[in-house]
Amino acid sequence: MSKQAKVIEIEEVAIRFSGDSGDGMQLTGTLFSDTSALYGNDVSTFPDYPAEIRAPQGTVGGVSGFQVHFGHTQINTPGDYCDVLVAMNPAALKANFRWVKPDGIIIYDVDQFDAKNIEKAGYKSDPFEEEDVTGIQLISAPISNLTKESLKDIGLDQKSILRCKNMFALGIVSWLYDRPLEHAVKFFNTKFAKKPILVEANTKVLYDGYYYAETIEAFTSNFKVKPADIEKGVYRSINGNQAVAWGMMAAAEKADLQLFCGSYPITPATGILEELAARKDLRVKTFQAEDEIAGICTSIGASFAGSLAVTTTSGPGLALKGEAIGLAVMTELPLVIVDVQRGGPSTGLPTKTEQSDLMQALYGRNGESPVVVIASSTPSNCFDYAYMACKIAVEHMTPVILLTDGFLANGTEPWKIPDLNDFPEIKVPRVERDTKNWQPYARDPETLTRTWAIPGTPGMEHRLGSLEKMNITGTVSYVPENHELMSHIRDQKIQKVAKDIPPLEIVGDEDADLLIIGWGGTYGHLVTALTEVRREGHKVALAQFNYIFPLPSNTSEVLGRFKKLLVCEINLGQFANYLRMQHPEYPYRKFNKIMGLPFTVKDLTEAIVKNLED
Amino acid sequence: MDIEQLKPEDFKSDQMVRWCAGCGDHAILSSVLKALPQLGYKHEDVVFVSGIGCSSRFPYYVNTYGFHGIHGRAMAVASGVKTSNPNLCVFVITGDGDGLAIGGNHFIHLVRRDIDVNLILFNNRIYGLTKGQYSPTSKQGSVTKTSPFGTIEQPFKPGGITIGANGTFFARTIDSMPKISTEILLEAAKHKGTSITEVLQNCVIYNDMTFGDITDRDNRDDRIIMLKHGEPMIYGKNQDKGLMMKDNQIHVVKLGENGISDKDLLVHDAHTEFAGIHLLLANMDYPNFPVALGVIRACESAKSYDVKMTDQIEAVHGKSKIHSMHDLMHSGSTWEVK
Ligand SMILES: Cc1ncc(C[n+]2csc(CCOP(=O)(O)OP(=O)(O)O)c2C)c(N)n1
Ligand code: SF4
Ligand SMILES: [Mg+2]
Repeated sequence: MSKQAKVIEIEEVAIRFSGDSGDGMQLTGTLFSDTSALYGNDVSTFPDYPAEIRAPQGTVGGVSGFQVHFGHTQINTPGDYCDVLVAMNPAALKANFRWVKPDGIIIYDVDQFDAKNIEKAGYKSDPFEEEDVTGIQLISAPISNLTKESLKDIGLDQKSILRCKNMFALGIVSWLYDRPLEHAVKFFNTKFAKKPILVEANTKVLYDGYYYAETIEAFTSNFKVKPADIEKGVYRSINGNQAVAWGMMAAAEKADLQLFCGSYPITPATGILEELAARKDLRVKTFQAEDEIAGICTSIGASFAGSLAVTTTSGPGLALKGEAIGLAVMTELPLVIVDVQRGGPSTGLPTKTEQSDLMQALYGRNGESPVVVIASSTPSNCFDYAYMACKIAVEHMTPVILLTDGFLANGTEPWKIPDLNDFPEIKVPRVERDTKNWQPYARDPETLTRTWAIPGTPGMEHRLGSLEKMNITGTVSYVPENHELMSHIRDQKIQKVAKDIPPLEIVGDEDADLLIIGWGGTYGHLVTALTEVRREGHKVALAQFNYIFPLPSNTSEVLGRFKKLLVCEINLGQFANYLRMQHPEYPYRKFNKIMGLPFTVKDLTEAIVKNLED
Repeated sequence: MDIEQLKPEDFKSDQMVRWCAGCGDHAILSSVLKALPQLGYKHEDVVFVSGIGCSSRFPYYVNTYGFHGIHGRAMAVASGVKTSNPNLCVFVITGDGDGLAIGGNHFIHLVRRDIDVNLILFNNRIYGLTKGQYSPTSKQGSVTKTSPFGTIEQPFKPGGITIGANGTFFARTIDSMPKISTEILLEAAKHKGTSITEVLQNCVIYNDMTFGDITDRDNRDDRIIMLKHGEPMIYGKNQDKGLMMKDNQIHVVKLGENGISDKDLLVHDAHTEFAGIHLLLANMDYPNFPVALGVIRACESAKSYDVKMTDQIEAVHGKSKIHSMHDLMHSGSTWEVK
């Protein structure tokens, strides 16, 4: 080190890289987070990109961000507020300033802070006077010009040269947090294997950024975040969409069934279809249908034909699938419907997160149409719940809706690669060839599940359909008593799934007065808030629901142990209302946000403390 | 049972057929039952998929595998069945409302993809099951329950839609000509790719005699033409009329008049990829033209969708090093925490 900077050890850091959509911020953030994960930190990331693909350059609408939170301790969220904001232009500052900690650092590309860009961003004068930057350390770095300088002799055109400036920023931040550069360089070598000049350019700029940070006097110290104490094993980084896809593929492998996905692209669910489409090597069949209705209907056809069939979508698509979900309920075929929730109603906020499809998942269909509803709660446990959704669908011959959300779908975290031998078996209720007197709607007396006779099996030819079924024989029936019986059977059949799901557990203080209740994707924020509040000396507990319908059997007993129940969710209170209906014996308090964003730990801790007090 | 020995009765289910007496659907059912034993498929390998409508009750009356879906979605369900298991012989039963109104989008996409299923379109130009509202194929001016003053809509022509969507097979028949229907259905089933067979079907209750002009026994031979691949286009009670091509238009001509002989007539080429002539033939309508029956278009596609999907999967599978979830999960960028 040329300059003797102090090294300060810290527990955790959140960094937000932000710039124009074309500035490569997603890649910069990903390289930084992968480096940190490789180094042994616990990591959580969240990308935040605009809904418009090519919003005008330099405007707030076109800002793309990527937050990385890493630490020596367990990291459960990408962090509300960041310690460092990298702003590649004034719009990035404008869009993200509110997320900078009062004692944070802003590193900005001063070359982009010219009058034109400042105006485009919506500032009237000097941005650093308009924003209240007291207490914040400002690092004005001529990133664009230094990148040009660095590559002036390399033989690339100006445009290609400027495209490397994100690596200059990565270099600066890498020095500041004492990160090795090897991973990024290795990445360039693979990515640009056919264009060595780009490997050279990116590598050079990255190192120049690093040395620049080391040399300038601006940073009086750099920081060290020691590796976290992580369970031994082989790890990889995974996001929620990939985890859903892989969980379903794992279930198909375990059940020895062909995986079939009929789907229609929709943000933020598309990643699942893309991931499955890439896996022809594992013989996954994907069918990009003409719309969501065809997506689910092809899957229902595939399920009838004996595949493990799934369909993936987001809220507007789930609305279109409603009638067909009813068809799967009536025909009692296994089917997994994944809904990656986003802000609604209507097209709403396509790239933002929300938990507002709960009621739609539970009740958004004609008739009495019960389906199993489950929700995953971290990017990586999307794998486990996708697996469980498939297992329940097949073993109980029912549609299962798996709810994730935009936050889980795009958020990444390190994932300990599991051993599939540790996953429960999936028993396929297939009718064997020589079964005598088989009846399509005869049921297992315990689970009320019917059996699956697959076309191609001789002697089991039968007709299924959307009309009401006669109990046992499965023929069409309009008999009033039979309809009542079948309605009860369909309901009971789903209720009985409760036997297969684990009991509700709580984290925190058993003897607390206040139980925080969450469901699905809010787990990371809720558990972080819980830890903070407990650290301040309060007693509090958390119950995070993954199984929504049916609820775990011990739900009432758990809720009954606490004086106050505070249901926190990113909507106007759908789960609270659902609990009121299922367990009216308890009073529920609510804490809701609906801004298209995950909770902030700060808002949560305030709400928790307030509810502890009154 | 040996496939060769199967008879039409062997494909009949034990369900009571519930169509109105005199409904054209009965005749279509018997044509299909006659065709089934000749397909070379075992019972268990045949699947009938339908939507909703009178016609869509069909699968209940055949004792193969069957799936009676929801309104308009039979094409999508069948696409899933066939793609999931290409070894099955899949039929789609749909109506003019089911297949061309609510399911119109699925119809064109099925045809475009060219999935190897056999679609039978029961065209009665009316919504039967809901008791008599006009459909997308109702003639302009049709007086129905929802058009008491006559429709002001132009009807769809199923052949035009099929060919417009790059369809590889389109045929037409009439419910009251069961023998011909059976022959055409066999051709349709043989076709690799999506086959569309339009059956002009009489709804005695809500749209009786909508095809009366061309089904009336005394005149029908002068008003329809049976197209056969490789044969000149001759028709008429006395086999004295023919179709000729002049100025890029089809013309009805009288044999013997103006020196016209059968050598001057169009010869039907169902196999040509060129869709123009097929479109003209499919869209011919009485009274200006005879209505074309038979296999109008049957051009062999290179490979149907389901086969292409299987081929692609096998090719990628063969090349990839990833053959299990274990391989996949440990591929790419991983690290070990010791
Ligand atoms: C979603 C939905 N919309 C409407 C209906 C009512 N509906 C049932 S069948 C039908 C039309 C049937 O006409 P077609 O497909 O021509 O069959 P046909 O009865 O004439 O054989 C309609 C509108 C329905 N069952 N489902
Ligand atoms: S209403 Fe018409 S189409 Fe329906 S069964 Fe009766 S005759 Fe046939
Ligand atoms: Mg009809």
